[in-house]
Amino acid sequence: MRVPILKQGGYLIASIQSALSDEDLLQLRDDLVQQVGKYRSRGAIVDVTVLDVMDSFAVRTLRAIAHMIRLRGAETVIVGIQPEVAFAMVQLGLTLGDVATALDLEEGLAFLGRNPKTGPPHGP
Amino acid sequence: MAHELWSHDATTLGASVVPIADSTDIVTARQRGRELASQIGFTGSDLTVIATAISELARNIVEYARNGEIVLALAHRGSRTGIQIVARDQGPGIAEVAKAVQAGYSTGNGLGLGLPGVRRLMDDFEIASVVGKGTSVTARKWMP
Repeated sequence: MRVPILKQGGYLIASIQSALSDEDLLQLRDDLVQQVGKYRSRGAIVDVTVLDVMDSFAVRTLRAIAHMIRLRGAETVIVGIQPEVAFAMVQLGLTLGDVATALDLEEGLAFLGRNPKTGPPHGP
Repeated sequence: MAHELWSHDATTLGASVVPIADSTDIVTARQRGRELASQIGFTGSDLTVIATAISELARNIVEYARNGEIVLALAHRGSRTGIQIVARDQGPGIAEVAKAVQAGYSTGNGLGLGLPGVRRLMDDFEIASVVGKGTSVTARKWMP
C-alpha cells in the first residue's frame, strides 16, 4: 500500500496508514526523495504512529530516507514511534543515528519550524 | 555449539504455518504471530517484541534461503505458557553457527542484528544448521 504524501507549506508529510512491506517502504523512500525536489520542500515528516513493528529493515530504510533527503538539502523528522516499538528497537540494538525524531506530527512541525535550515513553514 | 534440532522439554499445540517466500510474507508472519501471542495472553511491549522477532527471523529466510516457513505455536513448560516460533528453511545453512548468534556478526548486507537480536528479544533461543541442508531456529517467549 502506497503511503500518501501531503504537501503542507514548505514541508512534506508522509503519513503511514497501515503495516508496510519492504517494497512499500522503498517506494516511500523513492517518492519522498523525488518530491522534495518537485515541491522544493525544506522539510519532510514521516509519521510512523500506526506501525506496531519497526524491524531492522524498516529502521534502516527510515535512516536511508533521512540521509538521502539531507543530501537533497532538506531535513527529515520521524514522528510517532510508539513506546512498545521504542522498547523493542532498543532491545534489538536498532538506532536511528542522527535522524531527528519528535513525539507526534505537531511536535515534528514545531521542530522543522524552529530549525534555522528549514525555517517557518511558509518561508519568506 | 550445535543444539538439538527439536527440543523435547517444551510441548506445543495448535501450530500455525506461514510459508515465507517474499517480503509480504514477512508482514503476514508477524501479524499472525501477534494475533496468536495476544490470544495466549501477552500484552503491551511483549506483543511488539514477539512480532519484531518473527519479522527478523522471516527476513533471514527471505535474504539467505529465499523460502522456508515460520511455525507459530502455543508452548507449555511445566506451569508456564508461552509462544514458540520456529523458522526453518532448506537454504545454504550457516557454517559458523556460534559466530552467527554473536552480536556484530553477519555475512549478509550489513544488518548484523538478525539472530543475535532475536536471541536478545526472546527467552529461549536454539539454532540448528547444516551447511547445504538448511537452518532451523526455535525461539520462545514465556508469559510473565
